[in-house]
Amino acid sequence: MEKKVNWLTGTGRGSLPPTRWKKNAFAYSLLLPSMIFLILFTYYPTLKSIYLSFFNSTMGQTEFVGLQQYKQLLEDDIFLKVMKNNLLLAIGTVPTSIFLAIYLAIWLNGKLKANAFLRAAFFYPTVIPMIAIANIWLFIYTPSYGLLDQFLEVFGVKGVNWLGDPSWVMYSMIFMLIWKEAGFFMIFYLAGLQNLPQDVYEAARIEGAKPFQIFRHITFPLLMPTTMFVLIIAVTNSFKLVDHLYIMTKGGPDNASNLLLYYIYETAFSFWDMGKASVLTVVLLVILLAISIFNYAYLDKRIHY
Amino acid sequence: MYRIVNYSVVTLLGIAFLIPLIWTIFTSFTPTSEVTSSSNPFWIDNPTVSNYIEAWNTAPFIQYYYNTFIIVFGILAVQLFTITLAAYAFARLDFWGKNVIFILFLTQLMIPPDILIFPNYTIMKELGLVDSKLAVMLPYWASAFGAFLLRQTFKQVPIDLEEAAKIDGCSWWKILWHVYIPAAKPTYVAFALISISTHWSNFMWPLVVTNTVGSRPLTVGMAIFAQSFETGAQWGTVTAATIMVIFPLLLAFFVFQRQFVESFMHSGIK
Repeated sequence: MEKKVNWLTGTGRGSLPPTRWKKNAFAYSLLLPSMIFLILFTYYPTLKSIYLSFFNSTMGQTEFVGLQQYKQLLEDDIFLKVMKNNLLLAIGTVPTSIFLAIYLAIWLNGKLKANAFLRAAFFYPTVIPMIAIANIWLFIYTPSYGLLDQFLEVFGVKGVNWLGDPSWVMYSMIFMLIWKEAGFFMIFYLAGLQNLPQDVYEAARIEGAKPFQIFRHITFPLLMPTTMFVLIIAVTNSFKLVDHLYIMTKGGPDNASNLLLYYIYETAFSFWDMGKASVLTVVLLVILLAISIFNYAYLDKRIHY
Repeated sequence: MYRIVNYSVVTLLGIAFLIPLIWTIFTSFTPTSEVTSSSNPFWIDNPTVSNYIEAWNTAPFIQYYYNTFIIVFGILAVQLFTITLAAYAFARLDFWGKNVIFILFLTQLMIPPDILIFPNYTIMKELGLVDSKLAVMLPYWASAFGAFLLRQTFKQVPIDLEEAAKIDGCSWWKILWHVYIPAAKPTYVAFALISISTHWSNFMWPLVVTNTVGSRPLTVGMAIFAQSFETGAQWGTVTAATIMVIFPLLLAFFVFQRQFVESFMHSGIK
């Protein structure tokens, strides 16, 4: 716990005094190896995307078109659908997986052997590659003889075409992603629970508070910093998880499951539309930057760095 | 009563969460003829390893394993070098422009190379590196996340230790090697686990930047393998291939479970 230290630079404690340019040169030479790769594969491509987004390049010709491609994007039905899908994915997965994670963390917090086993059961999907998960769930969702339909058949329910029906495909994806992510978020809540002051709980118990009251008035508010942190990760993730589309739907049917990063992939590497791919990349960058800036501006006061 | 109900719910959920894995393992040992005809997906009449043999013979898995291995450890080795130097600078040196450079580092946390697939592909093309293992590795050789994680640990090393060593005439890299790096061992393990599992799983970037067997990692190889089947009859082979890809990760997870969980916890709190 470092309290009086500037969270951003860490100055204020444990730093050696500077001795002019020699010290500067030394520090820069230590940062240089990292900087080379950051410049080449983060800053330069970011600026390049912004630059290219003002150019239309088709059939080997590049032509400056200003903001025209941005304007076209707003009239692009697929783009609007993709943005809607991303939003739906976030709304569908984030709150549910966070609540599930809190619930699981509260009940699996103890040191019992059975708890350790169950924690592993919830956490293992995090470790598995998304592309492997896609293979497994493709079969779970297969109509009639997939695992899900076989299970539903036991209750006499007839399944639908989970991935082939435009009105169902997003729900199927959301369900799978909750399975993938809930255990990951649970870990942060387990960490959060361990840092909670125990005396508050004892006081509450002496007062005769009901378990749900304890959760609502003590645990949940005290876990708020964790929730904010997880929320940011979860929302950011919902823009990054796309590998499954390659195996499961290719964004279909009729773009009903397409997401922004996959749309970039298609635009760039199937249609070779450089200008549009750049514009889409810029849109994704702006979204992620906005989430992060909110994160640092808001969480700064709540989490110790 | 209250506890029993909740524990039952959690246990049932746990079983539900395990079912996809258990089913995958079962199916990978089920002969092709039984896969779709069997009435109980969790029962095999004649267990077989033929799915594994068939998958192994159909796709060059040895080459894929080799590629993934080189990529994952090639990334990690360079990362350990770059993050150690950067973490030391951020933790223990005051220099001109520290705040600005720190914020520049933060950018990579906000904009990971995974989403820059298109501009990074054009850069690889300019460098003439498309379809090489190097191209898969390069964007990840700097890790802001690793540098910050390690900086936090380095800051907890008592500064007196460094000053005493300096008076004894130790050079900075000797101090780094004998004082800081040993003190940060758990952080290095945590970072290594996260880095290895992340890059073992990476798919989109290698898919874009590789196109031959010689440079493709396991994930891309498996995806192409799986895409070549259309019907459910091949589930056995595809699940066997899937298990082959996730097995090293699952094994590492169960062996290093504590460290895994703690590494993710650390990355969250700090």
